[in-house]
Amino acid sequence: MSEELTSELAELLDEALRAVEAAMDARALDEQRVRYLGKNGAFTARLKQLGQLPKEERPAAGQRINRAKKALQQAIEERRKQLDQAALDARLAAERVDVTLPGRGIGVGGLHPVTRTMQRIQGLFESVGFEIAEGPEIEDDYHNFEALNIPPHHPARAMHDTFYFDRHRLLRTHTSPVQIRVMEAREPPLKVIAPGRVYRCDSDLTHTPMFHQVEGFLVDHEASFADLKGVLHEFLSRFFERDLRMRFRPSYFPFTEPSAEADIECVICNGEGCRVCSQTGWLEVLGCGMIHPAVLAHVDIDDERYRGYAFGMGVERLAMLRYGVDDLRLFFENDLRFLRQFA
Amino acid sequence: MRISEAWLREWVNPEAGVETLAHQLTMAGLEVEAIESVAPAFHGVVIGRVEALEPHPDADKLRVCQVDVGAGESLQIICGAANVAAGMKVPVATVGAELPGDVHIGRVELRGIESFGMICSAAELGLAEASDGILPLPDEAPVGSDFRAWAGLDDHAIEIGLTPDRGDCLSIAGIAREVGVIDRLPLHWPDLSPVTAAGERRLEVRLEAPEACPRYLGRVIEGVDPAAETPFWMREKLRRCGLRSIDPIVDVTNFVLLELGQPMHAFDLARIDGAIHARQARSGERLALLNGDEIELRDDNLVIADDHRPLALAGIMGGADSAVSGETRDILLEAAHFSPLAIAGRARAHGLHTDSSHRFERGVDPELPPRAIERATALILSICGGTPGPVVEALEPGQLPRREPIQLRPGRIVALLGIGVPDDEVVDILQRLEMRVEAADGGWRVTPPSHRFDIAIEADLIEEIGRIFGYENIPDQRACSVMRMHPAPESHVPLQRARLSLVDRDYQEAITYSFIAPETQALITPEEEPIALANPISVEMSVMRASLWPGLLQTAAYNLARQQDRVRLFESGLVFRKREEAIEQHPALAGLIQGARWPEQWGAEDTRVDFFDLKADVEALLAVHGVDRECRFEAAAHPALHPGQSARIARDETHVGWLGMLHPRLEKPLGLPAGVFLFELSLPALEGGRAPSFAPLSRFPAIRRDFALVMDRDLDYGRVLETVRARGGKLLRDARLFDVYTGENIEPNRKSLALALILQDYSETLTDERVDRLCRGILDGLAEELDISLRD
Repeated sequence: MSEELTSELAELLDEALRAVEAAMDARALDEQRVRYLGKNGAFTARLKQLGQLPKEERPAAGQRINRAKKALQQAIEERRKQLDQAALDARLAAERVDVTLPGRGIGVGGLHPVTRTMQRIQGLFESVGFEIAEGPEIEDDYHNFEALNIPPHHPARAMHDTFYFDRHRLLRTHTSPVQIRVMEAREPPLKVIAPGRVYRCDSDLTHTPMFHQVEGFLVDHEASFADLKGVLHEFLSRFFERDLRMRFRPSYFPFTEPSAEADIECVICNGEGCRVCSQTGWLEVLGCGMIHPAVLAHVDIDDERYRGYAFGMGVERLAMLRYGVDDLRLFFENDLRFLRQFA
Repeated sequence: MRISEAWLREWVNPEAGVETLAHQLTMAGLEVEAIESVAPAFHGVVIGRVEALEPHPDADKLRVCQVDVGAGESLQIICGAANVAAGMKVPVATVGAELPGDVHIGRVELRGIESFGMICSAAELGLAEASDGILPLPDEAPVGSDFRAWAGLDDHAIEIGLTPDRGDCLSIAGIAREVGVIDRLPLHWPDLSPVTAAGERRLEVRLEAPEACPRYLGRVIEGVDPAAETPFWMREKLRRCGLRSIDPIVDVTNFVLLELGQPMHAFDLARIDGAIHARQARSGERLALLNGDEIELRDDNLVIADDHRPLALAGIMGGADSAVSGETRDILLEAAHFSPLAIAGRARAHGLHTDSSHRFERGVDPELPPRAIERATALILSICGGTPGPVVEALEPGQLPRREPIQLRPGRIVALLGIGVPDDEVVDILQRLEMRVEAADGGWRVTPPSHRFDIAIEADLIEEIGRIFGYENIPDQRACSVMRMHPAPESHVPLQRARLSLVDRDYQEAITYSFIAPETQALITPEEEPIALANPISVEMSVMRASLWPGLLQTAAYNLARQQDRVRLFESGLVFRKREEAIEQHPALAGLIQGARWPEQWGAEDTRVDFFDLKADVEALLAVHGVDRECRFEAAAHPALHPGQSARIARDETHVGWLGMLHPRLEKPLGLPAGVFLFELSLPALEGGRAPSFAPLSRFPAIRRDFALVMDRDLDYGRVLETVRARGGKLLRDARLFDVYTGENIEPNRKSLALALILQDYSETLTDERVDRLCRGILDGLAEELDISLRD
């Protein structure tokens, strides 16, 4: 009897294991599990038949059936893992893509290099507490000239080829009138940056009738030429991201006294001398000075109590130096092949 | 201002070479813009004397010369110049000489006769653009000497960019004075002592506008030699400073102008009738000028006149009729002071700009005329001979520019420069600058010299101190700053945010000129009165833009003509509009799209952009500004837009902007293809949008119901949505349009919209009954108000 059971069990297990091995997917495998281990499965039936055995044989027989059942369960589990892995592998293989194909969808545009440069300039000054101000582009003679200590017939007016509308209205020739407008409207202390378009009646290889300036000024109880030198040197070093040698040359602007022009060592040749710096090793990048007492008087600021400095720079010039653009006129042709280089 | 280094060194001669000298000038505020050689390289040219000459037997124009070059035997040289003459001293390029333009001189044979060198013209030596004959040298030129060395041609022309305040530096003397101050060197002035009068002739001078001309010196010189020629050395000095030789008298006045800075004039005495009057012009008077122009004088012009008529535009240009000429025997020399205010702007008003007006506008030392007239007299006598009369001077001392003493406080120097300059150095600097310095009130009282027109206040003195002390000796300083934060209204959206939003939507920023062609203006904004420039660069840039569209359209056309087939552009900037007499200038933001919706790519359909692509971009901008919920799009007509694809954007009562398709009528004139879409928003209209404000999240599920609604084809979706919202009440969270359909199974004049309604309550889960009731209400409303039915 015992012999008989043993061989029968072995046969059954053998058959079941083969069936499990033959199951090719999760459902087929589950069918086999039900067939052998389910409520009406072959092994379950064997266990149910234990009662028919003599009492003393039952434990050993039960043990043997359970061992066979466990072996089958293990085999099913193994097979399930294999099938899962195979299924996953198949899915992964099917879902492979060519990752070198370009991405899909909309592209990304770009800012104009002048805007990009102005943002950079503004950002640096904002980081030390300057605020942004703007003013009208159609200005009156008073704000563009008179209040800046440039009376009619002043030779400095010849340096500004001015576009006029009528006797009083003109296109601003510089961003300096914003200085006047801010000082008219507000009390010191003031720390202001004024970016914007300016216009001069001049058009050739190195001049466009419209260009951009950034004006900056500070009015406070304490402000000196040494402070001005410090802030501009730091600004230019940060802007060009390098330690730059700089020099301040005495110059003349009607609205500053003392006045200076600031040169940096040529960023193209590192001061060695090249075509861009006309072999001088220096590049003129901005004009500056201490605000003229007559300008402060025009806006009713007591020059004994307050002092100020001001500076102005050409944005296109800085952009050309920063990005190596060699033709000013490109900025306003708006050729997409040019603009896209600054995205 | 262009000066000869050698001439400058006659006045003041620092040890430093030209480069260092240039650097010193630049750092003192006299910016050296260029240093050039005054003559191109050449060698092998010596001074020779033409001993004898005879015609070439076989050539009409050639002469065979025997030239002494100090080498014992004279050289045989063939010369073709008409002016060659026996006894003449000339520059001779000997065999082996190298001349400018890569010319090598060798022994040549010309029609059978040998020539051992070349007699040179000024042009052949690079000393003139063109020459008429060979260059005659003065008798004292030493035969056999090297010409280049003798003429001092290893000299430099130094180009100095002077600022308009430094009129005092518009001369050799002025620059020399600066060098003397910097290098602490004395100046060597030429002999300016008075020339004793030998004749009697004098002209009376009347100052009839003393505020404009407070000082006038005249001197008659009789019997000048009309055949005299300007000596080589003077022609060279003029040339190296950028002036051409004209005739000896004019050359002398120009020489004095360059040397001392005093503009002078010489009249032909025979053309002057009566006395000299320095007076204002009378309207209607006319004057023929030296340059050939005939001008009508304005009553703010100062003239030099005789008893009957104007002779010269004072301080600007002489008259043609009274100018010295080849026949002039007697002259009147003028050296005067004209006030800057009397000259400023007057030359420009007549389209003139002269060396004289340039200086008088900036201010010429009022003490200079007596010295200058003596210098010029001496030079004229030495070149042209003649008999000098007495100097006649008319002077209104009260009207001469006055130099008032200026208070200077040491504390103010530190405050302005940020560095203390020792007292003795302050005094030293000011005195070197020829200022009178007196101690006063713990500081100084400083009187500037007569030649400085640019020093009137304390800050001017401090600039001079800083300039000579050296800006490079003032340290960089990091100021402590007051900690002060600026207001940051959250409802203000910076322009940069909107720009980046467009950049991220694949727009490229453009910057176009603010002035455009009137025709373009008339096409795009015909209702706006053009704001025209009085002096435009060209007609294409003559009126101020009333919209950003012209610039964008032009940029699109430019790029489409250059193989770009997908253009997406934006620009921000002011637009200008006339309102009554006032001009409004408002910031605006505009965009243009044209071409494919997507960049060309492998995974997307090739479709063209349409109105709704543009609208999504505009909606994004409105959302960025927090005004999307307040804004509505209304069909409206715009002259530049397609009438069926054009919308006005309104925010309550405020006009925000426009969007739409470019009117097909404008495609051809603007050189554009079909399918250009444009928007423009007024930035002030977008100010003050909502800041974020929290609404609680519902814990209950949202219910979605989809409906296919059939309606009249021309019914706007906006009307449908209004009704849906009104009927939906606060339980209606969202209404999403997910299809628009016309065609099969729909009557030809009807369309079907597929709409999803999202419903949700905050306090409970919605029951089917409530949802049904609500939906029925909405559908009833649509049916009643808009004749909308459910699709079968």
